[in-house]
Amino acid sequence: MTTSPKRLRIAAGQGFWGDWLEAPYRQVTGGPVDFLMMDYLAEVTMSILQKQKSRDPSLGYAKDFVPLMERILPILAERRIRVTCNAGGVNPHGCAQAVAAVARGQGQRGKLRIGVVTGDDLLGRLDGLLTGGHELKNLDTGRPLSDVRDRVLAANAYLGAGPVVQALRGGADIVITGRVTDTGLTLGPLMHAFGWRSDAWDLLAAGTVAGHIIECGAQSSGGNCLVDWERIPDLANVGYPIVDAEPDGTFSITKHPDTGGRISVAGVTEQLVYEMGNPAEYITPDCVADFTSIHLAQAGKDRVRVSGVRGRPATDQLKVSIAYFYGYKAVGTLMYAWPDAYKKAQAADGVLRQRLADLGLEFEALLTEFVGADATHGPLGRAAAPLDDLPEIQLRVGVRSTDRAAVERFTREIAPLILNGPPSVTGFAGGRPKPEEIVAYWPALLDKHMVEPCVEFVDV
Amino acid sequence: MKRGRTVGRSDRNPKRRVQLRALAHARSGDKGDTANVGLIALKPEYYPILVKQVTAARVARHFKGMITGRVERYELPNLHALNFLLHGALDGGGTISLKTDAQGKVFSTALLRLEVDPSR
Repeated sequence: MTTSPKRLRIAAGQGFWGDWLEAPYRQVTGGPVDFLMMDYLAEVTMSILQKQKSRDPSLGYAKDFVPLMERILPILAERRIRVTCNAGGVNPHGCAQAVAAVARGQGQRGKLRIGVVTGDDLLGRLDGLLTGGHELKNLDTGRPLSDVRDRVLAANAYLGAGPVVQALRGGADIVITGRVTDTGLTLGPLMHAFGWRSDAWDLLAAGTVAGHIIECGAQSSGGNCLVDWERIPDLANVGYPIVDAEPDGTFSITKHPDTGGRISVAGVTEQLVYEMGNPAEYITPDCVADFTSIHLAQAGKDRVRVSGVRGRPATDQLKVSIAYFYGYKAVGTLMYAWPDAYKKAQAADGVLRQRLADLGLEFEALLTEFVGADATHGPLGRAAAPLDDLPEIQLRVGVRSTDRAAVERFTREIAPLILNGPPSVTGFAGGRPKPEEIVAYWPALLDKHMVEPCVEFVDV
Repeated sequence: MKRGRTVGRSDRNPKRRVQLRALAHARSGDKGDTANVGLIALKPEYYPILVKQVTAARVARHFKGMITGRVERYELPNLHALNFLLHGALDGGGTISLKTDAQGKVFSTALLRLEVDPSR
């Protein structure tokens, strides 16, 4: 191994699967970076991927990642930029093979090493774990997994930075993982580059905070930023965030020059509190980070310096994300026009509910929202809006049930309201709504020693 | 709605109650059926006002009818921010929820409607 670098630049390229396709390309071409980090996996994503894999065993990963790599592989090679991503989903090997095929097509034979991280997928091990006394109780409700065992579609433990470090140590240019935490994809390169030990809790916490700040892409560089939002420049060309880190655990958040957006203390703070629980205990597989220790300072234009981060030892458990089939839902909408738009929509909702009741249909939930009055702020919105004189309002009704037939019948009760309900209604061009399968999420904990991360390599 | 748009207005008339949006910004997200709202003071000197007046109990009253569970509050003096956990806010949360805002993304600005008295 060569000597440790004095700094390391990690660029965020995707905040979720479906994020801006241009972002990773711009991150590797807009200025110097050492790593491109991309987070693809949300809780629901794993079950979608598991379904795709069950239909075709070669699938089950974030398919967009392959054409993206095709586009940027020559740039990565030329600029010696490495990649960490969890695009592997439930089939990291399949993803690695697809990327290897693309690389071979570009004549990169012998030049590229892909690290593959697995061991997170527990679907085939669930019954063994349950009989072994691991209840995988729901963290929110306390219910045992046996309640829904026959409906489980995916089960994955959240792995940390450890196997990412191992892959980089083994010479991987691209690390493709299954369910590795978003923060582990940033912490891994930092631990590897700076030789941080796996019990250097403050350093691991600093790397974890760095990962948290950039894991949602542009949400820390001016996107979805409330402070002074009208004056955040050129969001059309928003620059995604970059961690510019030093070996002592301090780092700056920045972005490439000549890009839009803004890196400010206010914007970074907004991202820090996003999806936060107890700020003193941000628990990851790698450490427990204390967000009440973070110090932020504006260190120049579009540059926020982060220091002082404290951490504590990791817990001896891993979080497990289990996806299971829950039931069905459907949402129907109709648009009512002035005058009395709100009153008409209310009347239509009344008619609809009476018809559903007359049909004897029962739902676990039946929710009405008046979009334009209360869909975002509920009664607080209604209280503040001039409800008598709205130019238009959308009636939005949703139902949820384990009975598919009831949900199906509901979807047929929306359109008739156009001709047989209150007047001045439009906006049904999309046809009747479709019942949708609900895949719900079951969070649980599992003893760490039950999960063995596995690192393998694919040489192109 | 109009009053409390700016701090300047309230500074001239300190007895006036202002909406939190004049003193703070916010971002919210989800964890299962719980929404979190991070409330951040626009200036460090506003943070004590938030600590004193935006209590968990007041926030629970503010969101009455919108959440079914309790409200927890955490303090981050280092960031001049408070973090609120609103339990039972998302009709089951994530994929189960029928709400437009199934992931609690705009509970943030709903909290900014709360009125406080900066002179207290």
